[in-house]
Amino acid sequence: MDREFARLLDRLPEFQAGARELSEILLTNLVMISEIPAPTFGEHRRMQFLLDRFNEYELQNCSTDEAGNALGILPGRSGEQNILVVGHMDTVFPEKVDHTVSIEPGAVTGAGIGDDSLGLAALVTLPQMLSHLGIELNANLIFMGSARSLGRGDIEGIRFFLDNRNVPISSGICVEGVKLGRLSYASIGMLRGEIHYRVPEEYDWTRFGAGGAIVNMNDVINRILEIPLPRRPRTSIVLNSVEAGASFNTIPRQATLQFEIRSESGELVNRLGDQISDICAETSSQTGAEVEFNVLARRQPGGIGFSHPLAAHARSIIKALGVNPRISPSTSELSAFIDQKIPAVTIGLTQGEHHNEVNERLDIEPVYLGIAQLVGLLVAIDEGYADGSERLA
Amino acid sequence: MDLNAWLKSNTFHHTAFRDLRELVEAKERAGLTISLCIPTLNEEKTIGKEVVIFRSELMQRYPLIDEIAIIDSGSTDKTLEIAANFGADTYLASDILPDLEQKRGKGENLWKAIYQLKGDIIVYIDADIKNIHPRFVYGLVGPLIQRPEIQYVKAFYDRPLAFSQGIRPSGGGRVTEILIRPLFSLFFPELTAIIQPLSGEYAVRREVLERIPFPIGYGVETSHLIDVYTLYDMNAFAQTDLDQRVHRNQPTRSLGKMAFGILQTFLSRAEKLGVIGELPDTSTILRQFQVQDQTFETVEYSIVEEERPPMETIEAYQQLRRQHESR
Repeated sequence: MDREFARLLDRLPEFQAGARELSEILLTNLVMISEIPAPTFGEHRRMQFLLDRFNEYELQNCSTDEAGNALGILPGRSGEQNILVVGHMDTVFPEKVDHTVSIEPGAVTGAGIGDDSLGLAALVTLPQMLSHLGIELNANLIFMGSARSLGRGDIEGIRFFLDNRNVPISSGICVEGVKLGRLSYASIGMLRGEIHYRVPEEYDWTRFGAGGAIVNMNDVINRILEIPLPRRPRTSIVLNSVEAGASFNTIPRQATLQFEIRSESGELVNRLGDQISDICAETSSQTGAEVEFNVLARRQPGGIGFSHPLAAHARSIIKALGVNPRISPSTSELSAFIDQKIPAVTIGLTQGEHHNEVNERLDIEPVYLGIAQLVGLLVAIDEGYADGSERLA
Repeated sequence: MDLNAWLKSNTFHHTAFRDLRELVEAKERAGLTISLCIPTLNEEKTIGKEVVIFRSELMQRYPLIDEIAIIDSGSTDKTLEIAANFGADTYLASDILPDLEQKRGKGENLWKAIYQLKGDIIVYIDADIKNIHPRFVYGLVGPLIQRPEIQYVKAFYDRPLAFSQGIRPSGGGRVTEILIRPLFSLFFPELTAIIQPLSGEYAVRREVLERIPFPIGYGVETSHLIDVYTLYDMNAFAQTDLDQRVHRNQPTRSLGKMAFGILQTFLSRAEKLGVIGELPDTSTILRQFQVQDQTFETVEYSIVEEERPPMETIEAYQQLRRQHESR
């Protein structure tokens, strides 16, 4: 291993200790961010909070854009490169859900804290963390709370920024709350779809096969599950949610199924999407109901390879912290970097349970390791380890 | 006094004070120190978050408050351990002024805070607030920092969940609207302008706190308002809208006990001030009812509203202040 990089790994305990020293600030940011509801397309208040924090740290160009992202720049010594650090602002929880967070020694509990309030808290604490650790990067650090990431948002915020940026981005880090050890540097092909089954008002309930929206949606699901999937390239169809019916004594007229097709092959994703679309058309003709198939998001497979310097050094940093790296593909913000051929990784910060439930609980202690990992990775990228151009001692 | 004019000039919204840098500068210019007191009794679920947020935002980020103290009535859970773990100063109320006869109650903790804490202004914040936010403190101390004539700032919470344009009613909880405001309307009409007289969050100047007696139970907030009003006038008060407070809801029977305690305090104040004539000896037993197998029976609660005298009359406090002044 490069001696300079080994020296950087030696500094990780120092980064961890620094993170612990700023734990109150980090926890407070976590609470204050989490308690602002931010359903996808409703991130405005959270964005404002992030901008207030960026302004307080006197970051430059603190601003929002047409997509509703929150942005700020910490200028580097030379400013020759720009590193983009991203956390997504939206959560899966609607406004009316109780967003209250509770803190006890060792754990924090609340809706959306892991996905991705902790990532955002790390983001807004990072300028102070770097200053506290006496780290001044050469590269400019661009902080971004990205809007419209999840579900129908289809990572629109980061896509908008990367499509319209007027500065080159050399590399990116996507920060997620959970789980520590998670490392993604490639995206799989993905199609996120929704099938909406609607029985027309004038429907003849005496016709053959008339069974209401739930029965017929069940038929659609069975047919989707009958589609043969290859072992290689690895492929899956995940049924994510079903909504149908109203009550007893009422024939269900509507049903909605949300699903994702995931595959290492982009072509196979498209083919499976076509097959599901055909199933919908056939069901519609058989039952006389309207069966609508909508594609909400698509991702192309891609990313950096296992041996890319960024991936390799990220693994080394995680291992040096005593954590076992778990490599998994991602379909989140990372995909937008991949589409633009920008080397990037997604990392997690801590352990937790009840992920994406209202009572999600995060362990506090591992967060310090997670922050040390983030700082270590930033320094590594800054020193050229992301592209193999590391400065010689 | 024109109450609408008072409402206009002495009612604030917390956002008026959210520029903390400016507020801290004004505090330093005025040479003020501020202490935060959180009275507790078994609040392990919420205390950690309160301490973390106030320390981080209002001590480390902006030095608006100079100390945070938990004054506890003898919690049997981990309240004190958690609070200390997150960096607060923790005290058992019984350890403060230990030579005095022991009493237990929230008012006791608030009163002993005057002795224990050093600030020129003391902010009291309840420990059971789930949606704690720095605004709970800066919204209350803001008027005291900016307006020297204001002595006592009370919180109120007014954030409707849904509202179309026009006039809508505003006010307090059940005990306020059924007991306190009718009583104030009868005997202290100007005090009705305090929108939520029973809210447990307020900031007060030390020279006021040391002059007023403290009921140790339910009546402390009501008696404060009457006493400060009597010593000064409405211009000593301000109130700040802190938007929303999420906390445990109390069942009606508990509110009955609260109302009984408050009523005792109110009547004794009204009698002492000559607002009403001399009262006969009144009972301190509250009776509520329960039913078992269709048999009704009474449940009796003894609720005695004891009171601590003004802190300035306590010798140990006088000595402490003399030491403080000689420094």
